Amino acid sequence: MTSTFVGARVRAVRAVADEVRQVELVPDDGARAYPPGSHLDLALEVDGLPVVRSYSVVGAAPEDGAYRIAVKLLPDSRGGSRRVHGLAAGDRLELRHPTSHFELDPRRPGYLLVAGGIGITPLVGMAEVLARRDAPVRLVYAGRRRAAMPFVDHLRSLLGDDAVVTAAGEDGERLDLAAEVAALHPDGEVYVCGPPRLTDGVRACWAAHGRPARRLRTETFGTGGRHPTEPFDVEVRDHGLTVHVPRDRALLAALHDAGVDMVWDCLRGECGRCTVSVLGGGTVVDHRDVFLDATEQDESARLCACVSRAVGGRLAIDTGYRA
Amino acid sequence: MTTTSDQPLRAAPDTFARREWPRAAWYAAAYDVEVGAHLLPRTVAGASLVLFRTPSGEARALENACWHRLLPLSEGKLLGDEVMCGYHGLRYDADGRCTFMPSQKTVNPSARVRSYPVVERHRFVWVWTGDPADADPAAIPDLHWNDDPAWAGDGRLIHVECNYKLIVDNLMDLTHETFVHGGSIGHRSVAESPFEVTHGKGTVTVTRWMIDVEAPPFWARQLEWRGAPAGNVDRWQIIHFTPPGTIAIDVGVAPTGTGAPEGDRSQGVNGFVLNTMTPESATSTHYFWAFARKYALTDQRITTLLRDGVSGVFAEDEEVLAAQQRAIDAHPEKDFYNLNIDGGAMWARRMIDLMLAAEDDSYAAAGAQAERDIAEHDRTDAGDGGEREVARARAEAKRARSGS
Repeated sequence: MTSTFVGARVRAVRAVADEVRQVELVPDDGARAYPPGSHLDLALEVDGLPVVRSYSVVGAAPEDGAYRIAVKLLPDSRGGSRRVHGLAAGDRLELRHPTSHFELDPRRPGYLLVAGGIGITPLVGMAEVLARRDAPVRLVYAGRRRAAMPFVDHLRSLLGDDAVVTAAGEDGERLDLAAEVAALHPDGEVYVCGPPRLTDGVRACWAAHGRPARRLRTETFGTGGRHPTEPFDVEVRDHGLTVHVPRDRALLAALHDAGVDMVWDCLRGECGRCTVSVLGGGTVVDHRDVFLDATEQDESARLCACVSRAVGGRLAIDTGYRA
Repeated sequence: MTTTSDQPLRAAPDTFARREWPRAAWYAAAYDVEVGAHLLPRTVAGASLVLFRTPSGEARALENACWHRLLPLSEGKLLGDEVMCGYHGLRYDADGRCTFMPSQKTVNPSARVRSYPVVERHRFVWVWTGDPADADPAAIPDLHWNDDPAWAGDGRLIHVECNYKLIVDNLMDLTHETFVHGGSIGHRSVAESPFEVTHGKGTVTVTRWMIDVEAPPFWARQLEWRGAPAGNVDRWQIIHFTPPGTIAIDVGVAPTGTGAPEGDRSQGVNGFVLNTMTPESATSTHYFWAFARKYALTDQRITTLLRDGVSGVFAEDEEVLAAQQRAIDAHPEKDFYNLNIDGGAMWARRMIDLMLAAEDDSYAAAGAQAERDIAEHDRTDAGDGGEREVARARAEAKRARSGS
């Protein structure tokens, strides 16, 4: 039932901003139409290990039979962005056709799109679709440096003054989220993609305006946390072993490698099926999931092993194994 | 942007996609009362069987197809401890050996139908569908409550038009009681109370306690029968899974504050919902159940009332499960999503997958086969295409090894 990987060819690679490369991928069985907000999975090999990475697809439709992804080289990368930046035209790899976890509701009376940095990628297709339909839409696109922000010209040509671009590191412009939310139609929706700080900010602002939570749509930004990514040790008490989690491995993967039997499903911090109980440890947990609510994250009695991690140090957990 | 985690775990284990069942397992083929001096056809784990009892009372299971022209033997006759085919009169002994062929003086010594290991235990006739040499009665799932003198009860067999794993899902999370069984055992506390999922070697346990809640009708009535005071109760559901399809659920209520969560259930009523699911086909299941109670052991009226009451409850499940299977068949492109409540079901399916992986050569040896393919390619094709194929096969082998 799960869709399978198909072979694909890299047609072109080009820089679309500082440290951001757009890669065109032509699947062997042909590119298919996809809903805005879709992502595709790439099967890559990083340090000799097969890994799967998901990237939002840029644009509302394939371009001349190719899917486009735009990938920023992350200094904190676990190898995926480095590997993608190493791709050249003619290379072959495998991908899964796009699917969407971040679908655009086509029937809202107003839209606010909020992007932080490379989080712009899924919103490009949404902006294209909405602009084509003449739907009321505002886009707020925040980054640090303008030169590192791709697709600015394209978005301006689509949305004109309704595309608000701020580069905090340069012009010191501040996002006026409150004004944007206040101006949005009462039944409008906001679509957010960016680092957790941005998502947290939008969520708080949205709630402060008394807007219903279901009208705020977010794409999970799985790799980003509120703290830097650090290696840590985890004491798996029910198995009586201690596992080291390096900087470039997820807790779930490290447990799996160590022979700790786990179940999981989404691998995006959404379903909560890989949660483990936290028994203690003098370290901070960086919750990067969207399964636990704010109170549960504060309590830190559980954590989602697929995306969340300890900020260094040592953490004691229980995976529910009873010999 | 990157949206997902970075581990080489490719995707969720495909447990929710797979519709297989392990062969090397004991499956309940019938209730004891169903098997007698007559031929009972039944498909167990995809195998068409004929069940009967010999004059000495032993239950037997033979392949339900005559060696000669494949007519189902169940269409024939049981003559003492021999089965006679209803077409040309070939006879088979209780072990499946042919003992008679018409119009010839001899019997072809190779003529036989497969005989399946059978053990009768806890009121079920269990059949082993794997290699007969591996049939170990110690591996029969524990359902002793069904004929333990310390318990009383009865049950039924229902035929459900769904994959057996859907029933496993259904029983491993009882949240649905609130929504499917609102008139009998359902209560909002079931959907609201926290639960704990633990797993061990070949076992999964889901424990849910509901403290100081209203007793739903099914339980209120039982407290009344037992003469316990009316009022709020502490309610428990402790679900024990044994793969591939057996689930014993320790259920009950006790007047709140009488110590049930601490282990003293003496003031309450305790039952076991016994379930064992035998796949018939990928989309149908023989679902054997019983309800055993630990009070008023000699009151046959209560036994009948409870059996009929549970029958009504399970009819509601039957409808939901068949509708779910039809929806699955209508949407082959769709996957299941898993929620917090599905932890028990996911672990149960994991245990089934482990059984499958242990016996399924094609699955376990996928990696090894890919490695052999690589060696073949290296020898026979030094061309460009060959290299590509080799790289692909190598990547696949690696994935097969690292995947779950």
